[in-house]
Amino acid sequence: MSETLLSKAAVLERLPDHPAVKAMLAWKPDALLDAKFDRGELTLTIAAGEIRVAAATVRAAGYNFFEDVTAVDWFPSSPRFQLSYHIVSQTYKERIRLRVLLDGDAPSVESITSVWPSANFYEREVFDLFGIGFEGHPNLRRIMMPDDWQGHPLRKDYPVEGYR
Amino acid sequence: MTETIGRPILEAPAATGAGDQHMILNMGPQHPSMHGVLRLVVEIDGEIVVRLYPEIGYLHTGIEKTCEAKFYQQVVPLTDRIDYLSPMANNLCYCLAVERLLALEIPEKAQWLRVLLAELTRLNSHLIWLGTHAMDIGALTVFLYTFREREEILRIFEGLSGQRMMTSYFRIGGLSMEPPLDFFARVQGFIRTFPEKIDEYSNLLTGNPIFRNRLQGVGILSATDAIALGVTGPNMRGSGVDFDLRRDMPYSGYEKFQFKVPIATEGDCWARYEIRLIEMRESVKIIQQALDGMPEGPITADAPKIVLPDREKMKTQMEALIHHFKIVTEGFAVPAGEVYQGIESPRGQMGYYIVSDGTAKPYRVHFRNPSFATLQALETMCKGRMLADVVAVVGSIDIVLGEIDR
Repeated sequence: MSETLLSKAAVLERLPDHPAVKAMLAWKPDALLDAKFDRGELTLTIAAGEIRVAAATVRAAGYNFFEDVTAVDWFPSSPRFQLSYHIVSQTYKERIRLRVLLDGDAPSVESITSVWPSANFYEREVFDLFGIGFEGHPNLRRIMMPDDWQGHPLRKDYPVEGYR
Repeated sequence: MTETIGRPILEAPAATGAGDQHMILNMGPQHPSMHGVLRLVVEIDGEIVVRLYPEIGYLHTGIEKTCEAKFYQQVVPLTDRIDYLSPMANNLCYCLAVERLLALEIPEKAQWLRVLLAELTRLNSHLIWLGTHAMDIGALTVFLYTFREREEILRIFEGLSGQRMMTSYFRIGGLSMEPPLDFFARVQGFIRTFPEKIDEYSNLLTGNPIFRNRLQGVGILSATDAIALGVTGPNMRGSGVDFDLRRDMPYSGYEKFQFKVPIATEGDCWARYEIRLIEMRESVKIIQQALDGMPEGPITADAPKIVLPDREKMKTQMEALIHHFKIVTEGFAVPAGEVYQGIESPRGQMGYYIVSDGTAKPYRVHFRNPSFATLQALETMCKGRMLADVVAVVGSIDIVLGEIDR
């Protein structure tokens, strides 16, 4: 499908049988805040408090392989942080993106390591470079930078050359 | 966060009694078998690995941050340096992602050349893996053999782009220049003899009892664990998961090529070794198909505001000169949006996530590199085995520290 659907209503109308959309609606329609289908990629925006259960839901719906999680810093607009989870289905041969919006200077979200242990390193990387906390993570410590590093380098208010 | 400062990476094990043999051992970052600057903190009981913790970040250069300060076209040379053993795979992944943001149509010849070069890169990368893996086990000769063939691939790359390793040959919208006149003949000559060379490696290693004993039954990873821990590529297929992005989610015209995806179910180092050898033979077949069916036509998209013009045109046409000036000084604006492009790199599923805010510089670039996730499975593979097996396992999963630390 090559068309672009930019609102939740449009996605629900045109893609009601999409396995991930279907599973989300069957589980908790309120947790699905927004949806879009752009450039062949489905993005589902999930309420920040529901991400762990949402991950378990799409996993049960056939999206079995967690590929990646990373953050985007939209400083100075609000909400400031966006987390993008990329999940592949080896059955449907398709990828979806779960998106979580977080506000505040030191936000925190539930870890999905209990659903996919492979999120361990990726969440540590986001924690290290963006300063976003993950509750329930087994070993949340810096991964790239030294333990005593000040600041979070991938934030937009962090200078490219670092603090001097 | 402050509570992690000064805390040891692995807590020293509590002494349980007089016969307690547990100790913490540090391997790397300066260690001949650690493939760069990997540091492993290992808790051992005598010779048996109890816990293992990979400590990374020694090569962290902040490439993702650097990308945010560059124009889209200036990021291409940076991608070479992420995984320095398979530069073309990184170039391809980045260019495909930006092209999807721009909704650019790539001419068929450029697509086929890209596939051909991506497969040559796979051979290049697998040859280094085979040589260094065998060397870690103690079979030094194979290293000299594989580097002989790799040298020819690097010469082909040099003739093509002027560079042996950091080729930066791909461009957003196509390729940087026409391949030289003898390029196709050289590639043909190389792949005509290459299957015999694989037989040669196989003769040296497959029947070798030391090599067999060091790999068979070592570093076992089940299919469930492979998926749970994010392992991809040949490592995942060695554990019996039948998934390859080239076949299952094709990109850059891979759907037009016929090739087999090798699978093994044992999940040990030996399975991973055999899979990569078969993959090299399949890559040769793909390259042969690309050579036989190479279409005619341009190698760049018809997009004068994105692709740099031909030098000859710049001397005669005003528009070409203006476009050149604008692209070099101001870059080109990319429509706002986000894409995630995945490809099957020699090491597994690579993915580039690019967020655009509508300007000429990427707002955010993120690289999902296969080695980073594969490293998480190391403890599962090494637990309960001898310390010497750690060296065999690290060699067999084919990691590159440049793409782990970025």
